[in-house]
Amino acid sequence: MSDRNDRLSVLKTYKLFVGGTFPRSESGRVYEVTDAKDRWLANAPQASQKDARDAVVAARKAFGGWSGATAYNRGQILYRVAEMLEGRRDQFVREVADAEGLSKSKAGAQVDAAIDRWVWYAGWSDKIAQIAGSANPVAGPYFNLSSPEPTGVVAVLAPQDSSFLGLVSVIAPAIVTGNTTVVVTSENHPLPALSLGEVLATSDLPGGVVNVLSGRTAEIAAPLAAHQDVNAIDLTGAAPELATELETAAAENLKRVVRPQPVDWSADPGTGRMLSFLETKTVWHPMGV
Amino acid sequence: MPTTVPAYGKEAAERLASMADVTASDGALRRFLHGLPGVDAVGLQARAATLGTRSIKTTAKAYAIDLAISMIDLTTLEGADTPGKVRALCAKGANPDPTDRTVPKVAAICVYGDMVATAKEALASAGGSDIHVAAVATAFPSGRAAMPVKLADTRDAVAAGADEIDMVIDRGAFLSGRYLEVFEEIKQVKEACARPDGGAAHLKVIFETGELQTYDNVRRASWLAMLAGADFIKTSTGKVAVNATPPVTLLMLEAVRDFRATTGVQVGVKPAGGIRTSKDAIKYLVMVNETLGEEWLTADWFRFGASSLLNDLLMQRQKLRTGHYSGPDYVTVD
Repeated sequence: MSDRNDRLSVLKTYKLFVGGTFPRSESGRVYEVTDAKDRWLANAPQASQKDARDAVVAARKAFGGWSGATAYNRGQILYRVAEMLEGRRDQFVREVADAEGLSKSKAGAQVDAAIDRWVWYAGWSDKIAQIAGSANPVAGPYFNLSSPEPTGVVAVLAPQDSSFLGLVSVIAPAIVTGNTTVVVTSENHPLPALSLGEVLATSDLPGGVVNVLSGRTAEIAAPLAAHQDVNAIDLTGAAPELATELETAAAENLKRVVRPQPVDWSADPGTGRMLSFLETKTVWHPMGV
Repeated sequence: MPTTVPAYGKEAAERLASMADVTASDGALRRFLHGLPGVDAVGLQARAATLGTRSIKTTAKAYAIDLAISMIDLTTLEGADTPGKVRALCAKGANPDPTDRTVPKVAAICVYGDMVATAKEALASAGGSDIHVAAVATAFPSGRAAMPVKLADTRDAVAAGADEIDMVIDRGAFLSGRYLEVFEEIKQVKEACARPDGGAAHLKVIFETGELQTYDNVRRASWLAMLAGADFIKTSTGKVAVNATPPVTLLMLEAVRDFRATTGVQVGVKPAGGIRTSKDAIKYLVMVNETLGEEWLTADWFRFGASSLLNDLLMQRQKLRTGHYSGPDYVTVD
């Protein structure tokens, strides 16, 4: 009789998450991902410029449906993501512990904080308009109403150090308001982000709302920053020289840019990241007599 | 091999007359069409797929994009077409990218017969009088009307100034084996394309390959139309579920090649419907070059029936010019 130790190990092939499906990199490349002690963990796909382009196409295609969905519906879906994460908590604890060299309990605290953050942002979906919108007094017989609208496709360079809590803290605020995103993972710790793709795929989140690319940050970020069909870029995960370069490229079509700054990911995030990717629409409506 | 003559010339008619024995009766025509070799479906699909894997980059890609733009029959065939929409389309055809004057013009504007005069006028005022106007005729897209109606439809479009007529064949007659009826139909429409000044509008014959069921039928329809005097053979109307596919287009290209080898008459090919990306368009160009050769790589002998393809080609062109990806905000909405 065979004993359990004879079982062949089933290693996971990590893949990109683009348009709701899990392709390998178009270039066929992978790179080695190691843990904090330099031991091999897995091979991650090394996305190319063309993967970035495909991801933008997928994000643009998803924008109409996602931004047009009711805030209530978006909130429910984000909450669903948190529920799904809770069910796969152990996997994420392991991946975060490996990636960041944390103990099980510290990694567990990170994952719990990340799940709580999804829930927190999910609640904002139908409340952000009250904070960012307004009824403006005007000198005329008009109702004058300003409301926040999603800006469009947002390229997000996820933080390099905080592989999961930081990642969630940059994705959730971008999508909760109706934007769609192309996320470039932490270069050295991409595994939690790639696994997050699997969670998003089973959470009723329409394909293309979040697209996850792993690889060399500089290589993937350059075409995204210069892309004319990307409306905003979050440079959180870019090193200082790279950030300057990307900001210059982003100026070509006046993208909204969030500059990298030191962030304590465990602190209360505030509404800043949600408000960064909104446009204000103002309507003048005749009052009638 | 006989010397090559274009399908729309006087000599072509003489060449076709020499094939009169195969078109003399319904029986003879059926014997000829059913005597054509059967299509190896697996081989055809494999060949089309292989030709789709060529990598066309940098300067070759730039050349292919410009060539594809110059081969487009920019099309609007909607019930909701207005003169304003046709004028906008003509302006776009004459000057596809307002930010870049080096972009070539499209080959033709393809509209319903009643819009021909509007299109002619709009092209003249947009500086595109060398762009042809193609009109769909003969009860497009179903082809279900009496013969006198179809002929009147054609004459009307020609009288309004159409340079090209896109006719549909009667698929019902073809599928029930009444080949001579289809043959006569094409012949009569070709005669109706004649203009009083002695010239004639070029005739494109649409098979609606999505409705012909088999590859063998596509090959038979191709030969039938070419024997009847088609100047161009065209895959589809764009109005049914299955439109131009690479295998079907390859099969028609091969029929055109074989027809020239037999009769010396050169016929053009136009895939239409479902070609939306530059990548697809370039695959078709590769197929033309490999099957028929460079002689066919001009708008006189190969066309794309398309509308959204032009925007994608323009975006790719902008990418090559500027080095960064463009987006739909930078091309016109149509």
